[in-house]
Amino acid sequence: MITVSNLSHEAGGARILSDVSVEIPSGGITALIGPNGAGKSTLLHCLAGLIRPAAGAVYIDDAPVLLLADRDRARAVALLQQSQTIVNRLTVRELVGFGRWPHHQGRPGPEDARLTQAALETFELDQMADRPLETLSGGQRQRAQVAMVWAQSTPWLLLDEPLNALDPKYARDLMHRLHELTRPGPEARSVVVVLHDINAAATWADRVVAMKDGRIHASGESAEILAPGVLGELYETRFDVLDHEGRPVVVSR
Amino acid sequence: MRPWVAWALLLGALSAVSLCVGATSIFTGELDAGWILAISRFPRTAAALLTGVGLALAGVVVQQSVQNRMVEPSLIGTPEAAMLGLLAITLLAPGAAIVTKMSVAAVAALLGMGVFLAVARAIPRHDPMLLPIIGLIYGGILFSSSIWIAWTTDLMQYLGTWRLGEFSGVMQGRYEMLWIVAIVAVLLYAIADRITLLGFGEAQARSLGLNYAQTRGIGLAAVAVITAVIVVTVGYLPFVGLLAPNIVSRWRGDNLRANLPVVAAFGAASVLSADILGRVLRPPYEIPAGTIFAVFGACVFLWMLNARPARRAHG
Amino acid sequence: MPGRHGAPMADRRVLMLTGVLLAAALLFLTWHLREPMGFILSLRAGKLAALILVGAATGSATVLFQTIVGNRLLTPGIVGFDALFIFLQTMLVLVLGGVGFTQLHPNLTFLGETALMTGAALLLFHVLLRRGAEDIARMVLTGIVLGLLLRGLSDFAQRLLDPSEFSILQFVTFASFNSVETANLGVAGGLIALAMLGALRLAPSLDVAALGRPVARGLGLGYDRVVMQALALVAVLVSAATALVGPMTFLGLIAASLAREVVPESRHALLLPAAAVIGAITLVAGQFLFERLLGQQGALGVVVEFLGGLLFLALVFGRRRL
Repeated sequence: MITVSNLSHEAGGARILSDVSVEIPSGGITALIGPNGAGKSTLLHCLAGLIRPAAGAVYIDDAPVLLLADRDRARAVALLQQSQTIVNRLTVRELVGFGRWPHHQGRPGPEDARLTQAALETFELDQMADRPLETLSGGQRQRAQVAMVWAQSTPWLLLDEPLNALDPKYARDLMHRLHELTRPGPEARSVVVVLHDINAAATWADRVVAMKDGRIHASGESAEILAPGVLGELYETRFDVLDHEGRPVVVSR
Repeated sequence: MRPWVAWALLLGALSAVSLCVGATSIFTGELDAGWILAISRFPRTAAALLTGVGLALAGVVVQQSVQNRMVEPSLIGTPEAAMLGLLAITLLAPGAAIVTKMSVAAVAALLGMGVFLAVARAIPRHDPMLLPIIGLIYGGILFSSSIWIAWTTDLMQYLGTWRLGEFSGVMQGRYEMLWIVAIVAVLLYAIADRITLLGFGEAQARSLGLNYAQTRGIGLAAVAVITAVIVVTVGYLPFVGLLAPNIVSRWRGDNLRANLPVVAAFGAASVLSADILGRVLRPPYEIPAGTIFAVFGACVFLWMLNARPARRAHG
Repeated sequence: MPGRHGAPMADRRVLMLTGVLLAAALLFLTWHLREPMGFILSLRAGKLAALILVGAATGSATVLFQTIVGNRLLTPGIVGFDALFIFLQTMLVLVLGGVGFTQLHPNLTFLGETALMTGAALLLFHVLLRRGAEDIARMVLTGIVLGLLLRGLSDFAQRLLDPSEFSILQFVTFASFNSVETANLGVAGGLIALAMLGALRLAPSLDVAALGRPVARGLGLGYDRVVMQALALVAVLVSAATALVGPMTFLGLIAASLAREVVPESRHALLLPAAAVIGAITLVAGQFLFERLLGQQGALGVVVEFLGGLLFLALVFGRRRL
């Protein structure tokens, strides 16, 4: 479980997070939604221990994340940054291999090679493993980056808008895969993902945390949060929630 | 043939040529060939190789640190900062040992990079061309301060030698500081993975468990030491640090664990080639390797700037 | 009407600037004048004339250039125009040989170089600026690197020369504020005066051209022709200024930026003279300050580059882009 207690943060004099407290249970997919500037990305970076907040604390499975050594933190929680910031020319295998870095620190063993290969196969990248990243399509590249943080083998995976710039097909594929990989089982992981597309959250998320103006607006099971009332207040526009073959579909009016 | 064998052969062949070519022939027997080799040719060849290695590696580290391929130390004002430091120590303590002067220059270079990085934080990332423009202007400002100081204190001739890399004055006893570059190169190779991770950007690299600030600090300190040593001993050569990593990267990618030796070898081979070329073009005069590289490097940079279509942020 | 009301106001500002320039010039000429007065005066007058010419040429060239490229941060010097001039001069010595070069009439060589420079600048512009109009940072960087290349090539060519030829070249290319090249003063002055008159005649068209190519063409302006004319004027002005005192990257930026502060209406009929006068004031007052008051002979060029560089950075950070 990730526990956030009384988190506040500001940057350049502007308040970004004010007194955020929330609990994210292990297992499944938790979607972080909210309008632009709500503080989703900042909260995610705080969860990953990459930002030292002005006040408050984050506990990952009861360990205060800021007190973890770099290496231990990188073995507890992995973050994939928004957009494709990695400009290095690497092959897919080299990139995914860097997910193992916190475990081997420059001296990869057979176990690292095995888990890299496993991540490549999990995300169906083994066919293109030795191709340079820049020859891949945007969707494939994004998948390679997710595979990298997957290879980090952390119980927690934090993804900042991974569906950005992805075609609907790739977006669906990626979310579907994450859905499968987070089902209960011995190797199940927990995923926290910032989503802009409310319907992606409606389709794939087990839980939703809705943020607005640096505060938690609501959090809970998807069905409770993705309701016209909550969404209407959150985005200040009116929504209908329709039922499509048992799945909620959110339509703005 | 394995790549490293090819590189070893190339560097060996270039070194052999470099040992044989020069104003004084070693074959006519007028002067003792062994003596010339020991006192002049060998030091000169070693100096060119070490300089090339150092400049190429400094370029890699700077590029990864700012996540921008369009820069190298001389495009972010580092040698100019080192020269300011050298001028200061030369004025304050003219008799200081060369190690002291070099250390002061390294500290100044590090400070110069620190200021540039602070300035660069304010620049939007989306346009990679902006950084070298800012860097060149920044270097120009530092250099014009150096010119003023040198002018008023009669040190202009020093500034000329620091700014223009050439190897004609290299002799036994006057280049040995350059071996520091070899030590720094080994150190950088030991942390090659970490340097690659720098290129992932701060958040992503830290999420992978890298101590980002420390790694970047070590990397930039290495750049500062390399720059200072080269400026003091042979003078700076522009563009080597830009070309070597870019050309090697086009061809072999950016995994520095595998590539750093290739980048270093490329730098060494190109600087030594420039030096040999400078010796044979207009004998008995010599054209400084720095002059040759300024022309060659600028041509390749122009090609880099305009041949490659602007890459979109999202593919 | 705003136009009627605005014009005399701005005119008065230009007149005031001219007054300042005259005062500075007078100070420059007469400060601590000693015997032999006639000799010192004529020395100082030559230098003064060069400073005024260079300042005026650089200031107005920069305004012209900024209008053509539609960017207020650039100067001809930043994109390598003066490097081009030095390169051409070096090539001339290389081709003709040092002796041949010195046998040519200095005014004739100067005119020839200016013509060559104009042609080369037009060519450069076509290759460089046209294509890069939508990608200003790439264009600027290309220009800077091209400048580095030309400078490198000049160095390279100079190394190929005999030392005796090299010294001739050094003599002709390394003009500075200390050793103003007074031999060319007459012909440079004539060219600069003609070019500035041409610029003033072009001023109304430039006002329209500043709106950008599509709008200007929509308004019936022969945009490309105006750009070519303006560029030729820039080439003449930069050649003349570089021949007199050597390369100056940022003087024009200072003059043009200040001129835009003084004459915010951005009418070229006022902007061009204002930039010219401010450029001249900067040099005359600066040289007076450094040479006469502070006794720092060579400082002016360096200080102008230093401050101009800072101004450039400040402008970039103010706008967060180029």
